[in-house]
Amino acid sequence: MLIALLVLLVGLPAYVPSSSYTVILVTNILMYVVMALSWAIFSGPTGYISLAPAAFFGVGVYASAILSESLPLPLVILIGGLASFVLAYLVGSVTLRLRGMYFTMFTFGLVELVRNLVHWWEVNITGTVGRLIASEDPVTVFYGMVAIFFAVLLASSLIKRSRFGLALRSIGESEEAAAHTGVNVNRVKAVTFGVSAFFMGLTGATMCMRWSYIDPTTAFSIQYSFMPVLMAIFGGMGHLYAPVLGATIFSLLEELLTTKFPYYYMLIFGLTMLIVIVFMPYGLEGVIEKWRKRGKGGPVDVAYGAEKA
Amino acid sequence: MIVRFLDIAIGGLLTGGIFALIAVGFGLQYGVARVLNIAHGEFIMLGAFCAWTLFTRAGITPLVSMVVCAPFFFAIGFVIYRILYNPLRTSSESAAVFEGNSMLASFGLLFVVQNIALIIWGAPVRGYTYLAFPINLMGAVFSANRMVTLIASVILGSAFYVFLIGTRTGKAIRAAAQDANAAELMGVRINRVLALCFGFGTMMAALGGLLLSMTSIMLTPVMGLQYTLIAIIVVVLGGLGNIKGSFIGGFILGLVGYIVSSVQPGLSMVAYYVIFLFLLLVKPTGILGK
Repeated sequence: MLIALLVLLVGLPAYVPSSSYTVILVTNILMYVVMALSWAIFSGPTGYISLAPAAFFGVGVYASAILSESLPLPLVILIGGLASFVLAYLVGSVTLRLRGMYFTMFTFGLVELVRNLVHWWEVNITGTVGRLIASEDPVTVFYGMVAIFFAVLLASSLIKRSRFGLALRSIGESEEAAAHTGVNVNRVKAVTFGVSAFFMGLTGATMCMRWSYIDPTTAFSIQYSFMPVLMAIFGGMGHLYAPVLGATIFSLLEELLTTKFPYYYMLIFGLTMLIVIVFMPYGLEGVIEKWRKRGKGGPVDVAYGAEKA
Repeated sequence: MIVRFLDIAIGGLLTGGIFALIAVGFGLQYGVARVLNIAHGEFIMLGAFCAWTLFTRAGITPLVSMVVCAPFFFAIGFVIYRILYNPLRTSSESAAVFEGNSMLASFGLLFVVQNIALIIWGAPVRGYTYLAFPINLMGAVFSANRMVTLIASVILGSAFYVFLIGTRTGKAIRAAAQDANAAELMGVRINRVLALCFGFGTMMAALGGLLLSMTSIMLTPVMGLQYTLIAIIVVVLGGLGNIKGSFIGGFILGLVGYIVSSVQPGLSMVAYYVIFLFLLLVKPTGILGK
């Protein structure tokens, strides 16, 4: 199925008529899919709710905006990802000692902090607010996102199947117990937080090339924090397909509604969110798994890592 | 020099009063009802827009509309808790799970409220002037409406403090803040008390917004989030569920914001975060915390 998806995505620009619109649409979907998947890498197993995706996305965007003139494309994207990794690793190793809600509050503040700092830097040091970007061909950006999509899928499933993933899940269940069984809790958390940020940075650096102008408000839009979180929760986090499904449905909905009724789209988005949280605690995945298991009579397992290797 | 000092001190106090009021409401919702209400700022925005609508359309002065809006927003908060957070609380297997779920639900609420406001009022920036004449305080000059907001915030905060200390319901709220399950076992009608807290929190947000709108700031339906952030920071500064702490935290933040923005405008938000991050790392229980 994965290979079919790969073939489908790689071939897309060639055989779809009026391909530019489709390519841009699918690129956009992939962006949200990657953001949701990479969010789930860290927050799924550990239960730490991070609201910082926008910070890492924005760091990627800025890395790309600054470097795209002077360096080759793949390198620029990689640096965007690494910059986010470093930021997340540093921030994570200091703040992941904070429990639960305090961590969430912190990450929420981090986005605004980075955005305000960049804004201040641009106004006072560089002397501008926005930056003009030599934008790339949509097809190039599209292939970039396809590559990142498969990279994040690979990374997610490798982490899940490894000892590392087991350590993460044990942290999510009981941090003290994990520490006692010899897991280096803080390091595991910080590294995973960094890995999840790495893919967000890659995404930011790639998507940046689709725009011709950026400023801190668009690059660090709080939307990039909320959307992936809500999409991942809407989809579920037990299986890899779940965040993909959640992100795809919502980005298609966005595409349909956002140009004509932007406020109604966000209103529907919010209402769906409320309904999902109250009535479908495991998201779409919970419903799907229940339906799949109905004939077999086995227990429904949608906790993170339900998908055994 | 003294005038300059007074200017900063009073300016900080005036800004801090509203911060404190907003934070008391937020602290009540998180400290007692265990809902980290990201949509708190949206009710501040709604309060501000109610004041604007009543003032520009019907000529009702903001101080009068406070009296009208308070019970209205209290009822909204009460009902929201009943239909949204109460089912979540009973279906969540633990307090930690409920905290996560209720926070995410409050995101949904944020989108719903903000976009209803955008549909009603549209995106343009609004504003009005009310009681804008200057008052001279020993050389430092401030507009009257800012004085009014400080006085109103302090009155509201103290009234709530007295309510918490002096009444049976207040006692029940304090008990629920310490341990909701134990309070329930002692005969506190916990669902009612938590809904009351959420209602009071929503009411204070709206009143904060009403007061804020008087100070000739720009009103837009997307203004809420920054006040949610300020509320979070003040609550972390002052300690959770601590009214005195919220006022002290509010005044400190107001002062810092005023000083920083008079030296380097544009960095006041950054200064807030630096304080916030520093406190979270060093003393997450707040300056008055144990």
